[in-house]
Amino acid sequence: MITKDEVEHVGWLARIEIDDADAEDYAVKLSSVLDYFGQLDEVDTEGVEPTYHVADIMNVFREDVVTPSLDQKDVLENTAAEKDGYIKAPRII
Amino acid sequence: MAEWLSISDVKRKISESSAEEVTAAYLETIGKSRINGYTCTYDGALEMAKMADKGEGEGLLAGVPIAIKDNISTKGLATTCSSKILEGYVPPYDAHVIERLKAEGAVILGKTNMDEFAMGTSTESSCYGVTMNPWDLERVPGGSSGGSAAVVAAGEAPISLGSDTGGSVRCPAAFCGVVGLKPTYGAVSRYGLISYANSLEQIGPMATSVEDIATVMDVIGGYDPRDSTSINREIGYRDALVDDVKGLKIGVPDEYFGEGVDSGVEKSVWDAISKYEEMGATWEKVSMPNTKYALAAYYTIAMSEASSNLARFDGTRYGPRNDGENWHVMASRTRAEFFGKEVQRRILLGTYALSAGYQDKYYLKALKVRTLVKQDFDKALSNVDVLMGPTMPMPAFKIGEKIEDPLSQYLADVNTVPMNLAGVPCISVPCGSSDGLPVGLQIIGNHFDEATLIRAAYSFEKNTDHNKARPAEVV
Repeated sequence: MITKDEVEHVGWLARIEIDDADAEDYAVKLSSVLDYFGQLDEVDTEGVEPTYHVADIMNVFREDVVTPSLDQKDVLENTAAEKDGYIKAPRII
Repeated sequence: MAEWLSISDVKRKISESSAEEVTAAYLETIGKSRINGYTCTYDGALEMAKMADKGEGEGLLAGVPIAIKDNISTKGLATTCSSKILEGYVPPYDAHVIERLKAEGAVILGKTNMDEFAMGTSTESSCYGVTMNPWDLERVPGGSSGGSAAVVAAGEAPISLGSDTGGSVRCPAAFCGVVGLKPTYGAVSRYGLISYANSLEQIGPMATSVEDIATVMDVIGGYDPRDSTSINREIGYRDALVDDVKGLKIGVPDEYFGEGVDSGVEKSVWDAISKYEEMGATWEKVSMPNTKYALAAYYTIAMSEASSNLARFDGTRYGPRNDGENWHVMASRTRAEFFGKEVQRRILLGTYALSAGYQDKYYLKALKVRTLVKQDFDKALSNVDVLMGPTMPMPAFKIGEKIEDPLSQYLADVNTVPMNLAGVPCISVPCGSSDGLPVGLQIIGNHFDEATLIRAAYSFEKNTDHNKARPAEVV
């Protein structure tokens, strides 16, 4: 069973603020799904390689050619706060 | 309700009147709709139709209206993944598939409703409200591309695009009685598809006939250097429209008829397999022993990828923003307020599965089980041409029936997720009914062997009446 404290910690890692009532609810619902995931423990995967991608392709290269990017003005249309052609964000540190 | 029109029906109507008139008729029908299948219609639709009229019908889809799932970027048209966190977002570019559709003269009708960020099996988690199943307005259309399937079934678009991460094209196609294809992973570029679980998802078409599926695939399929997983391989989808299954070898996995499969669904699917036998195909039972672990592996991988892919939605560059004294608080409050509960649950589960101490237990283990599931397909499909089984274990369920119990909704995906883990192509075609609701037959093939899938599905459609069934009046 995942605890309320663990839910809050995962919420911090995931950048999702969780209040007390939600933490209780998530603890129950997340636990039932994690229990279900636990059935993977039954499978013998000794010597089995993981499959990250089914398309068996690696190292996709392209020529280092500069191509046009999106228009700065069009991109800034979608931000809630803009200043002098930049996206304005709250301080990080 | 509007008529069910195929692409060739639409083209005939255009030649008798104009693309503009045909588009206007669709927009009028959408305006009267009771199923809530669209999140918005496109203001430029009539202009696109006029351009098609001026172009004198050039292009494979000249003047043909199409509905687009709300997670496929469309320049100048809101694309929100049916989430409040992308409210007001208007992409400054087109997805690869949209570029292809425009190049062939298609007319974009609007964006279709979906489970928020494509997470769901019912289209109940959209911030725009539930889409109703045209066959019974008290039931879900399936998900997550529920809007895309429902608008085709209701005659509000002749064709549509959805995306399939764990069955999200095939499930609503089955529940709404239309045809839906999930192509081989890499066959259609995902450039411009807002990612949920990128190693699993593919864009796929929905239509009223297999022929129309093949036509849309001829337009959207093919290589795109902007998607590093796109594969350069030519497939002639319409060339595969052949009414002949003599000698086709069908494998029927026992595991797809497990506990909980509705008796009406089971009967319809076995009747379909008997029909194939009558048409000259043969069938045999095959074993897919790792199917029972596919669901747990799928959800572990999908949620882990979701926790990473959805990290970009923090209110900084697009969408609404909450207040906070620093970025961490602002982002955490924004994500708590504007992501729906199911999306938050999946991000939290994915973050947990990837966090220190648990990565090997959950994520790495799931990737290894994925290898075993893929080996099941490789082995089975080395002996038979296609596999068949029910798309969904049950017909469309009632709105609200599973929404409070996430696990019970996840379990409904048992027959569709293994194909996404393996990356193989699969198609759902109508094959009968259970209690008056449509049932889908799922046909699964080898990587890049869509031609065999299309031939099998097309032959079935030509020799049965299942795809002629229509829902009752809904407009």
